[in-house]
Amino acid sequence: MKRLINVRPSRVWRFGLALLPFAVILLLYISASDARLAENPQDKLLPSFTQMGDAIQRLAFEPSKRSGDYLFWQDTLSSLRRLGIGMAIAASLGMLFGLLTGALPVVNASFAPLLTVVSLVPPMALLPVLFIVFGLGEVSKVALIAIGITPFIARDIQKRSLEIPREQLVKAQTLGANSWQIIVRVLIPQLLPRLIDAVRLSLGSAWLFLIAAEAIASTDGLGYRVFLVRRYLSMDVILPYVAWIALLAFIIDYALAKFSAVAFPWHAQQEGKS
Amino acid sequence: MIEIRNVWKRFDDNVILENISATVKEGEFVTLVGASGCGKSTFLRMLLGTDSPSQGSILLDGKAIPSEPDSGRGVVFQQYSVFPHLTVLENVVIARAFERSKLGFLWGAAKKAAREEAAELLNIVGLSHMLHRYPDELSGGMRQRLAIAQALILKPRILLLDEPFGALDPGIRADMHELVLNLWRKHKLTVFMVTHDLKEGFHLGTRLWVFDKLRVDPQAPNAYGAGITYDLPVGACEPELLEEIDGSLSANKQAEEI
Repeated sequence: MKRLINVRPSRVWRFGLALLPFAVILLLYISASDARLAENPQDKLLPSFTQMGDAIQRLAFEPSKRSGDYLFWQDTLSSLRRLGIGMAIAASLGMLFGLLTGALPVVNASFAPLLTVVSLVPPMALLPVLFIVFGLGEVSKVALIAIGITPFIARDIQKRSLEIPREQLVKAQTLGANSWQIIVRVLIPQLLPRLIDAVRLSLGSAWLFLIAAEAIASTDGLGYRVFLVRRYLSMDVILPYVAWIALLAFIIDYALAKFSAVAFPWHAQQEGKS
Repeated sequence: MIEIRNVWKRFDDNVILENISATVKEGEFVTLVGASGCGKSTFLRMLLGTDSPSQGSILLDGKAIPSEPDSGRGVVFQQYSVFPHLTVLENVVIARAFERSKLGFLWGAAKKAAREEAAELLNIVGLSHMLHRYPDELSGGMRQRLAIAQALILKPRILLLDEPFGALDPGIRADMHELVLNLWRKHKLTVFMVTHDLKEGFHLGTRLWVFDKLRVDPQAPNAYGAGITYDLPVGACEPELLEEIDGSLSANKQAEEI
């Protein structure tokens, strides 16, 4: 008998073992839901999959009686747009600040302490300020995501650019490069895959900020819908929405990882080694 | 060509280098050996321009050596000398891109010419079959060959090597010695090579400098720095001398450890 730390499941087993907890949770849910519904068919707490299917059918494939919109898709689109714009702003600003503070000691001296302080401010505490300054429209939601994520990305990129071996920078100088050329040809290309990593890591917080902002003041969006139907205990809408948000998050993460692997093959090799 | 005048290097109270003076002519191949931490790499960094003497001066053609690395002085480090995000070919082409375009990118005919030139140079160092691979796919020896090709494309007058073969197997090391000697003769370079392998120093180049402490105070091991204890023409010395130097280096090291 091998030691437990040396036992590795084969591919088939690994796949099966990965599915197992999902299957167990699903079975537990179904049996609990069935038990409750058998007792009281009006129960709203643990809806059956048919009920959830009906709710999504109603929201996704029938126009809303009030506005004529397909609410599910409208919510998805609004949320993804806010998330996308917010992350794009955060990634660009984070890259800019991180790169400049990482590459230029002069900029570092004046901005790095500020960056550290700013990153300690809880973004959610700033939400009222954003609502006051930008109003309740789209801008304040996008701004919350951007403000919440930028310091994280900036500090990560700053750290990464300081991690690039000094030897490379010296080497570039012995090849006659000026500061601009070193930034453009040596630092930025090596930081781009790291930027994608940072974006992937911060997507979880970005979703959190998005849903919080939508829950407080919005007229559409995935977070808005979830908090709206809470008033009617509509678990048949909330649960599929949560699953849909998780699926979207997974797809975005997977797409970014794939993109990074294709666009920066050398980065994957480095990761494999270290 | 290079004149070193009474150079001292101190970090706080620690004296690293003590009163070093020497003159090096164009085309010499100087090997610097010594125990680890004796300051030979610090000395090389002063020649490179990333470090400066605390006292004294280093002159290049009668003028103070620039205090910033430039394209007149190529360098190969023990590791991290090449750009991991560029293919082998691009790693060499980038030097021309730095030189010929303000933005750092080459286009069209200029790019084609630079790629051909780089491919030719890579052929000389024996990497023609690896042009489109990334450095992380290369063995340690190949990576150092690439670093050498990269350092030479702009035809620097001075080539600085900081333990370039320290991480390589002995067999590959012999190949690399051959390569460096050939390139040195062909391009008429002035080479400074740091190594901790005394035999390497005796085998390569025209001149050997041994860095060691001239004086040792057992109560304050850092009170005195290293100087050049031997300055020998290579090829003219006896094996006994090698043993003697080896012996004196390890004796001083032991004295420090005690």
